[in-house]
Order: sequence, then structure tokens, then C-alpha cells
Amino acid sequence: MSDLIEIDDIKRTFRVRRGMFTPAATLNAVAGVSLAVRKGEVLGIVGESGCGKSTLARMILGLLPTTSGAIRIGGRDIRQVPRRELARRMQPVFQDPYSSLNPRRRICDIVRLPLDVQGNGTRDERRAQAIAALDKVGLPARYADNFPSQLSGGQRQRVAIARALVTEPEIVVCDEPTSALDVSVQSQILNLLMDLRRDRGLTYVFISHNLAVVEHLATRVAVMYLGRVVELAPTAEIFASPKHPYTQALLASVLTPMPGLGIPDAGLGSQSPDPLNVPAGCPFHPRCPKAFDRCRTTVPHITTLGAATVACHLAENARPVQPAIA
Amino acid sequence: MMDTGIATPAPAAVEIALPKPPSVARRMFGHPGLVIGLALLGLCVAMAVLAPLIAPYDPYTQNLDARLIPPVWLEKGSWAHPLGTDNLGRDYFSRTLYGARISLLIGLSVMLISGIIGTTLGLVAGYFGGRVDLVVNFIITARLAMPVVLVALAVVAMIGGSLLVVILTLGLLKWDRFAVVMRSATMQVRSLDYVAAAEAAGASRLRVLAGEILPNVFPHLIVVATVEAGSAILLEAALSFLGLGVQPPLPSWGLMIAEAKNFMFFSFWLIAIPGTALAALVLGINLVGDGLRDVFAPEGRA
Amino acid sequence: MSGTALTPRRKASLLEVKGLTVDIRTPSGPLQAVRDISFEVDRGETVCLVGESGCGKSITSLAIMGLLPRSATCRAERLAFDGIDLTTIDRHRRNDLRGNRMAMIFQEPMTALNPAWTIGEQLIEVHRRHIGKGDKVARARAVDLLAKVGIASPAERLGQYPHQLSGGLRQRVMIAMALMCEPELLVADEPTTALDVTIQAQILRLLADIRRDLGIALLLITHDLGVVARIADRVNVMYAGAIVESATAAELFAAPRHPYTQGLLACLPRPGVTMAGDRLGTIPGVVPSLVGGITGCAFRSRCGHAVPACAAPVPARTASPTHTFTCVHAHVGEREPA
Repeated sequence: MSDLIEIDDIKRTFRVRRGMFTPAATLNAVAGVSLAVRKGEVLGIVGESGCGKSTLARMILGLLPTTSGAIRIGGRDIRQVPRRELARRMQPVFQDPYSSLNPRRRICDIVRLPLDVQGNGTRDERRAQAIAALDKVGLPARYADNFPSQLSGGQRQRVAIARALVTEPEIVVCDEPTSALDVSVQSQILNLLMDLRRDRGLTYVFISHNLAVVEHLATRVAVMYLGRVVELAPTAEIFASPKHPYTQALLASVLTPMPGLGIPDAGLGSQSPDPLNVPAGCPFHPRCPKAFDRCRTTVPHITTLGAATVACHLAENARPVQPAIA
Repeated sequence: MMDTGIATPAPAAVEIALPKPPSVARRMFGHPGLVIGLALLGLCVAMAVLAPLIAPYDPYTQNLDARLIPPVWLEKGSWAHPLGTDNLGRDYFSRTLYGARISLLIGLSVMLISGIIGTTLGLVAGYFGGRVDLVVNFIITARLAMPVVLVALAVVAMIGGSLLVVILTLGLLKWDRFAVVMRSATMQVRSLDYVAAAEAAGASRLRVLAGEILPNVFPHLIVVATVEAGSAILLEAALSFLGLGVQPPLPSWGLMIAEAKNFMFFSFWLIAIPGTALAALVLGINLVGDGLRDVFAPEGRA
Repeated sequence: MSGTALTPRRKASLLEVKGLTVDIRTPSGPLQAVRDISFEVDRGETVCLVGESGCGKSITSLAIMGLLPRSATCRAERLAFDGIDLTTIDRHRRNDLRGNRMAMIFQEPMTALNPAWTIGEQLIEVHRRHIGKGDKVARARAVDLLAKVGIASPAERLGQYPHQLSGGLRQRVMIAMALMCEPELLVADEPTTALDVTIQAQILRLLADIRRDLGIALLLITHDLGVVARIADRVNVMYAGAIVESATAAELFAAPRHPYTQGLLACLPRPGVTMAGDRLGTIPGVVPSLVGGITGCAFRSRCGHAVPACAAPVPARTASPTHTFTCVHAHVGEREPA
């Protein structure tokens, strides 16, 4: 199984100014993530606010530099890869259909932009390719000269997908692509993404907070909390038997549409994770129902338990400590 | 590229849910402020452009026999000089017409010079952030610490006043609002996803600035440009009034007011006419600016 | 004119909505955001209004609370809270009810609290306005309620400003604020949509507990069918400004009768029900424009079972004493129980 992207212990911090007399705070958005994205898979990344998944997505795309650590694509550091080549191999689809399209450009021009940047062929050829891409996502050619304000949210997201595919990339990084859409539109877009992946052999990095969607789409899932990956496993395994207490709480909190089950109590405190104040030791320990002494002082290593890799002292206790490559 | 088509049925026969908004032209003519502003501005432009054709007299020709003749609607006025004459017998209608040229020239050129300087600084500061932003902020703060009128006075005192000096001085000083507004508008747009998408598509920085950011901060630019144009016109009038701007015998409206101040009580039209013209022009410019912003706003919004 | 017709307390619903219609002026013409809807909320009951964007559920809640924008006009055959007619009520009487006997919480915790005032001041203000027993009493109640909604060190929180709290905490403060005067009806417009999954579960638990302990009726507006399933007693499904199906939660999920409801349920990826990698159900098309009104069934442009008769006014059908829906067909593809 070839690794398309290697993410090697990347960190990202931001300095947050807090007024003239308070020293600046450090926001640890991503605090040491190591992952690999394998060809043909759908890597789901889930987590709640403050976990750093969007920052991670931007770093993978090369839009945000890492504070430390490296990201390699096809063996080469992405800082060494020229922008245009990177754009040919990897493209994004963002969450908000209302801000991901330039409101002053026509649809066809928006989809054509990546091709214009590559500079291949004549303008008419590129326009034809853009219209073909729109057709593939289910938007007829008559939309090509409209402006985004004339399209619905679902249609705009289709445009965003068409734009992502027009350079025929291998990898598409989807940052919550359906979270801003209605349920009925969401299913259309998810079906579209699944079909495109099958037809073109795409690899997805799929970021979402919606666990039902991730379970449906992803082949492997990484769970993030306060800048770290706390659990990484194949989808079936992580949903059937989550190992990390946070994953367990997260899955327990999902409200499936089945009446009569009441509202779950995941046993977490009412504290919210704050990336400006990451607790010492395991970042999850203040809310963890299973925390013990070591959790307060030591950051857990990554342990392999079956097909899963977990960052938890409980998992460590189950097996000897062993560095694992995700 | 030649793929099998995907299986999802295209929503082909479905109407667009959003009703078509009224077209830009409709919106423009439905906006009373914009229409009035365009009328006023158009009138001034017409005056300026057609001055050589319509002006009955040369604005510099003095006629000491025909001094201080009132305009035609007062007693003792005549159609020979429909807006009267000034204290040197120069026809006021002709002077007013040619004065429009000076005011518009000043407004336009200062707007262009300061606009280019300020917008560039603002775009760069907003896009790059970090140290670049700090440097630009410092430059803006330094500029804001300087009182424009005093600096203009000092410059004129050193080099002497003239149309060119006024234009250059004002142009090189009045870019601060452009910079501040463009910087914050750029910062807002910069954080939007379509900019990130363009960067992810490999677009160069220049392409992103020109193609993605500039068209979307344009409405803000228009508003500031009109405000600054109006303000430049008024500033020039003030400087000329003080004797430090345009020099006589050029028919700048500000200078005409200055020359008329001695005759204010008995020949009030000497002040009223250029004053009204100035007010009308600046009002028109501001109305156009507000109107354009209103008309383009819904399109700019998602 | 007396704004309150003091009818004798019937054992009728706390909130009666009958024939509610809301029109909104837009540059493109009048838009019928809510078209002749009717439903009731009994004391102590949780009723959900569920639907996607543009279905009119939020506008309905604003109409009930009297918070519609100026461009909207509202008329109803009957809109009554505890027998008090809300359409003819005068402004002062309306203000006496709001915050006092009927309270509302909103979706965005970031903007729902005034950033310029402390939490304490905002909580006390409500109490002062309606109960008026002095600030000490109000303070004590505020502390009590903050503790009840699960906020640690409530007395210190009173002096904090909204920006010092996280989203989940702010939502709890909003709930506390709504409860200050012991309302009988709580209207919640998407109260957990902007929150994380784990916090959402906690807030919903809180609402359910409050409802149980204080006997408050809850009108919950949401688009999330999972929330509806877990918390609702009765559900009204809205589409394009009309209620297309009304049932108990159990009935709705077991045997939805309206094609839209069925379609909506088929769209959801359900762990254990839909197989991973399978195609999800879809509802093709988009919601029709509501400008200029709609005749007949608004869903027919997207419905797989549409017939020409759908263009005429649609009959209301009854599947059970508590289950009604509006459809031309009496039986449409009934699903097996989920």
C-alpha cells in the first residue's frame, strides 16, 4: 500500500496577542501529528472545535506552513514542490458554499481558474474542459455563465467540486464539504463524492464532525483532540470498538434518529477544550471519566492495539510501549 | 479526461430556487440618490467638457466698464452676462464653466494618485500581514500624525502655489483613508475560502490579489474614492481661498470665492454662485459613491 | 382596547396555532414564508418543528414570540398562548408575556448575549423586569439557576462577560436566562446546531431534565432528525412553509407517511442501517421559490409519486388519532420499521 502523503510529527502554533500588557499566548493548534494518507483510501478526520483538524487540512494543502515537522508528497517535502505541481496533485473542497466561490466571477471562470494557472491549451479549450467538469458534477452547461449568487448551496458545492477536479488531481482534501448543506442536499453531494472516487480512483482526506457521514464514507478514521491524533483505526473497528475514552464519548454522544433511546450521557464534564490552555499530561484528562494519576503528568505514547493506534495510558497498560507509524 | 459519466442524475429540469434579482441597470435607475448624484455630476462634467463651446466670453478677459453687473434675475442684470460679472468685469458664467474644469481635474487626479498609493499599501498590508502589515501601519500612523493643511501650506511657501503643486501635494498626502479601508477590506476577503481555493490552485500572489481580492474590495474602493475626491475638491478650494493654491487669474471656484469676499455684501452672487457650484459637485460625487455602493452590494454579498 | 381576552382556562393547549400565515416583502415580490399552518403545544410537552432551510420553521417561532422583522406581516385564524390572543394583543401586554411566561433561546450563542454587559446583569435584568422583587432575590435565583444548568462556580460567573465563556457555557447561560421567570413555554430555535457533538448531548439532556423537573413545555425548532428522535413527544415536519406531516416521534420514525418525510429519512447515513459505501437516498431538485405563493403541494416538483392531482389543494389525511399528513395518496411506499 503506497503512501501518497506522509505527515511527519507536524506542529503548528499561533501567537495570540492579548492586549498591550498581557504577554502573548501560544495557541497550540496542532501539537504533533503523524499520519500517512494511502492511495485510494478515504481518510476521515473527526474532532470537535479546537482539535486542529482544519489547521491540519490547510497544512496538508500547503496553504499554511508548519511550525515544525514535514509533510511529504510522493517522497518529496511539499515545501520543495512547486505550487503548480502541487495543485495538479491535490485540491481542496471547503465547507462554506457561500464563501468558497468568488462572487464576482462567473461559474465557468471559477472552474477554469486552476486550468488557467496551469496554462495548458487555449482559452477555449480550457473553457470546454471546465464545462465538461461541470457536467460531471451534474450541473448543465446553462449554468456556466451565471454568478454564484444565482445558485443554491448544493449547486455551489457542486461547482466547488468541479473546480477541485478540473486538474485531475489524485488527492482531494474535503474540509466539512457537507456541513453547511441541508440533509437532502448533503446526500446528493456525498453520493457524488463516492461516485467520483470510484470512477477516478481518487484519494480523499475527509474532515468532518458528523460521525454518521464519516462512518459511511471513510475507510480509515483519525480522531483528533486538542491538536493530537488520539486514535486511528479502520472505520469498522473504530465504530465497533473504540479504544480511546474520547472516541468512546464522542460515539456515545451521537444522536442517531431512533426514537425511544433518550439522550446519552457520555460522562464528560462541562469543561470545553481550550487550545490556549492545553492541560499538562494527556490533554483529555480533565474530562476523561477514566483518568488516573499518570494521565495528569505524562503525555501518552502512541500504542498499537490490533488494527488501531491509540494515544492513551490505558492502552499502554494493555501493551508494552511501542512506537508505531500510523 | 474522457470518463464514464457518473451515475448521479443531473438536476436538469429543476428550476433555480432563487428568483432572479433585478438587473444592475434596473437597480441603478431605481436608486434615487444615485440618479440625482449622476445628474449633478453629469452636469458638472458637461460644463467642464463643453466650456470652450458654451462659454460666451473668454474667462480671463477683463472689461472694466462692465464691472459687478448682477445676474440676469436681479434688476440691472442682462442676458449679455447671465450670471453677472466680477469686480474686474470678467463674465461669471464663463468663469464658472471653466472653474468646473479645475475642480474636476483636481478631484480626479488627486483621487487617482492617492488612490493608487493608498490601495497598493492597503492591499499589500492586508494580504501579507505580519511584518509587512506592521511596516505599513507605521507608515500610515506617521502620515496621520501630519496635518494635511499645514504641510500643504509649508510646501506652497517653499515652492510657490500652482495647480500642479496642489495636485501633487494633495495626492501624496491624502492616501491614508484608502490605505486604512483597503487594508481592512483586504483582511476580510483574505480569510475567505475562495482565496484559499485560488492559492491551492497554484495561483501566484499577484493573480490572487488582482483576480480574487481586488474585484471584491472594489465597492469599498469606490466609496472611499468618491469621498476623497469630494474632500480634495474642497481642500483645493480652501487652499486657493487662502491664496496658497491655484493662483489668479485661473478661475478656480475657491479662488473666485476668495476674490469675492470683499464684495460679499453688495454683490453676493460673486460668492453664492461658485459656492453653490462647489456644493453641488461634492454632493453629486458623494451621492454617486453611496449609490454605487448600494447598487453593487447585493451582488457582492453571497 | 383590552389586548387580553380573558377566557376561562380550558383544558386546552398552552399554545394554539391555527391557520398561521406569514408574508415577507422582498425586492422580488411578496414571499409566503409560512402558509396556513396549525399545531398545538400542550403543557409539559416537547413539540418539534423540523425541516430544512427555508421551510419557515424559524419564522414560525418568531411569529409566535412577536419578533418578526418589519417586512413581515402575520395573520392567523387563531394564535393564542394560554387562551390569550396573541394577534390582537398590545405591545405592553406582549412584553409582559415575553421573558416571563414564554421565553426563547436562539441558535448562535456567540451573538445571543450582549457582549457589553456581564452575565449577572443580563440575568438580573430579566428578573427585575418581570418579577421585580429586588436585585438580591434576583441574584440568588441567578446563582441557583446557573448551578442548575451545570455551570461550575456560578457566583463568580455572574461577574464575567460573555466573551470569557465558551460556546457551550454561553448556551447554558442563555437557558438560565430563559428560565429566570419560570416560563411555561420555552421556544428554542436550533439551540444546539452551533455546538460540538459532545456539548450538544449535554445541552439536550439539560433541556430534557428541565422539562421534566419544571413541567415546562418546549417548542424545539431544528433540522436535525437525530435530535427530534431523542427528545420530541410530537413532531411537525415542515416543507416550503407548510406542515406536511404531524405525528408522535415514535409514529414518525416507524412509519412516515408523507413522501418528503420518507425521503428525508432515506437521506441519512444511519450506522447499522445503511451499509457503508452504499449510495444514500436523495431527494432530487431544490425547494421551489416561495415568491408569489404556491398552489397545491409544494413538494410535487421533487416527488417520485407526483400526479396531476397534486396541483390542486391537497387533502389532509389521518393515519391515526395523533398522526396526520397532507398528501393526495393515502398510502405511499410504507417503509419497514427502522
